[in-house]
Amino acid sequence: MTGYILRRLIFSVPVLFGVSLITFILLNVVPGDPVVEMMGKHTDPVTLEKVRDQLGLNDPLYVQFGRFLWNAIRGDLGKSFKTGQPVTKMIMDTFPTTVKLALSSAFVAVVTGIAVGIISAVKQYSFFDHASMILALAGISAPIFWVAVVAQLVFGLHLKWLPISGYSSPKHMILPAVVLGVRFAASIARYTRSTFLDVIRQDYIKTARAKGLAERAVIFGHALKNALIPVVTVIGMQISGLLTGSLLTETIFAIPGLGRLSIWALSNRDFPLVQGIVLFTAVVFVIGNLLVDISYAFLDPRVRLQ
Amino acid sequence: MAENLQFGGTSLWQDALRRLKKNKPAMAGLVVVIILSLVAVMAPLLSPADPLKTDLANRLKPPGSPSAICKNGVYILGSDEFGRDILSRIIYGAQISLSVGIISQVIVTVIGVTMGALAGYYGGMIDMIVMRIADILFAFPDLLFYIGVMFALGPSIYNIFIALALIGWAGVARLVRSQVLYLREMEYVEAARALGLSDARIILRHILPNCMGPIIVSVTMGIPGAILSEATLSFLGLGVQPPHPSWGNMIYAARAYMLSCPWYSVWPGIAIMVTVFAFNLLGDGLRDALDPRLKR
Repeated sequence: MTGYILRRLIFSVPVLFGVSLITFILLNVVPGDPVVEMMGKHTDPVTLEKVRDQLGLNDPLYVQFGRFLWNAIRGDLGKSFKTGQPVTKMIMDTFPTTVKLALSSAFVAVVTGIAVGIISAVKQYSFFDHASMILALAGISAPIFWVAVVAQLVFGLHLKWLPISGYSSPKHMILPAVVLGVRFAASIARYTRSTFLDVIRQDYIKTARAKGLAERAVIFGHALKNALIPVVTVIGMQISGLLTGSLLTETIFAIPGLGRLSIWALSNRDFPLVQGIVLFTAVVFVIGNLLVDISYAFLDPRVRLQ
Repeated sequence: MAENLQFGGTSLWQDALRRLKKNKPAMAGLVVVIILSLVAVMAPLLSPADPLKTDLANRLKPPGSPSAICKNGVYILGSDEFGRDILSRIIYGAQISLSVGIISQVIVTVIGVTMGALAGYYGGMIDMIVMRIADILFAFPDLLFYIGVMFALGPSIYNIFIALALIGWAGVARLVRSQVLYLREMEYVEAARALGLSDARIILRHILPNCMGPIIVSVTMGIPGAILSEATLSFLGLGVQPPHPSWGNMIYAARAYMLSCPWYSVWPGIAIMVTVFAFNLLGDGLRDALDPRLKR
């Protein structure tokens, strides 16, 4: 197991290098001068040149990239052009908010998704099954930013149940967490239903029924555990979806998280901040996927990690 | 598989088509997709007004209000902040959404199939390089990547194709590679090689036709994702630029009038949802039809 984890981590090094390189290239293609953006349009050219020198922007590109990598390895992602704060600090200030949002929506989504999926499978072709599967498909078909706008409209402006933006109380998190969780819940429900249907046709379920177990015992004791294993994969695959979704959700609901920070960084051409956020997110992905694969091995003894 | 072809007297494709025809939700999805495509193609004929024509005297009118610029004299879905006809803008928006969905998937498929086939068939160095690039692209937060590309290249529909294609091909390449890895060991491929056929001919005539099922499913499943991505980028102001209508930028514009004109933000959202829903139904149906083992 330890060997497996180590190997996976080593394999992720070239991936992270590639991610950094592509981001670096992309940022250098972005039109607009970050220094002008930082100092204002009317700064005299001599000062601009001086600032460029100080920031190392006059060095050859490979030197700049090498310096970024060397510092990143030591945990230093540089300083934001716009605020002058260390990028790592800005990320660490906002990341917990995003995690809180992502976890609360993941919680809502996993609970409702699995419950709906199981009921749909057990009562296959019933009204509940049809209705919830249509809703689930609608859930993965609706653009998240539109769901957010409609939710603000209905629950915030018309019913006045919940605040529509900001981040000052737990109540502020309800709407964004639900909006972010809709798509996630929908895909879990669809997946749970199909794996559950697979499992309840297996021989060992027939055996359990044949030996006279109550339906409840068959479903919760025998089918559930086996049906949920593949669902873990879907949850893992949605990590990226959650981060992407939080970008939009945070922007629309004005939540000071990493997603909103990344859009802010891009629109301000704050290169070190963008570069840092992308690398950080990629690391989160890599670790997230690794955790999913490890948990898979724990849940299903047949899976051997090599 | 080969025996099945002989036994029933029907081909794999005929079987799949028969299964698809029996799948009512999938057929419903197909019908909606066809209708939407017709709407997009016949937009100039169908829309009551020019989607760019403004009438500042009639701003933000509710659905059913009288209109001076619409052929039928009514804003069926209301008017926007410049007095333009929302229905006409939604009809023209279908052109954007469908072309982004379909064209981006064509590009993604051509690149992905080529890369996947080369990696799977030749293995070795080519395989290593292609798959490592795919790994890197998979580790990118995709929306952030799209946003970055749009910032770098500037907002336009063509750059959306580029942004979607840059990441999208990797998934197709992985899929095709795994199929090719399996197929290239089959006896019929060995026979083809023994006959002295060229690699190109073996890949194009003997291997790829047998991967068509999964490729078709992946293309269909990719379309709704591409449509949603375009809508998202246009919503963020990085895609189709006003005054040209896209469902995404309409929702962005509508946000400012959320309280006074709630319908404005609802229509384009419904348009996106119906379109994506239809493609998803069709995709689910095609998957079930082309891969009976997955039928649930």
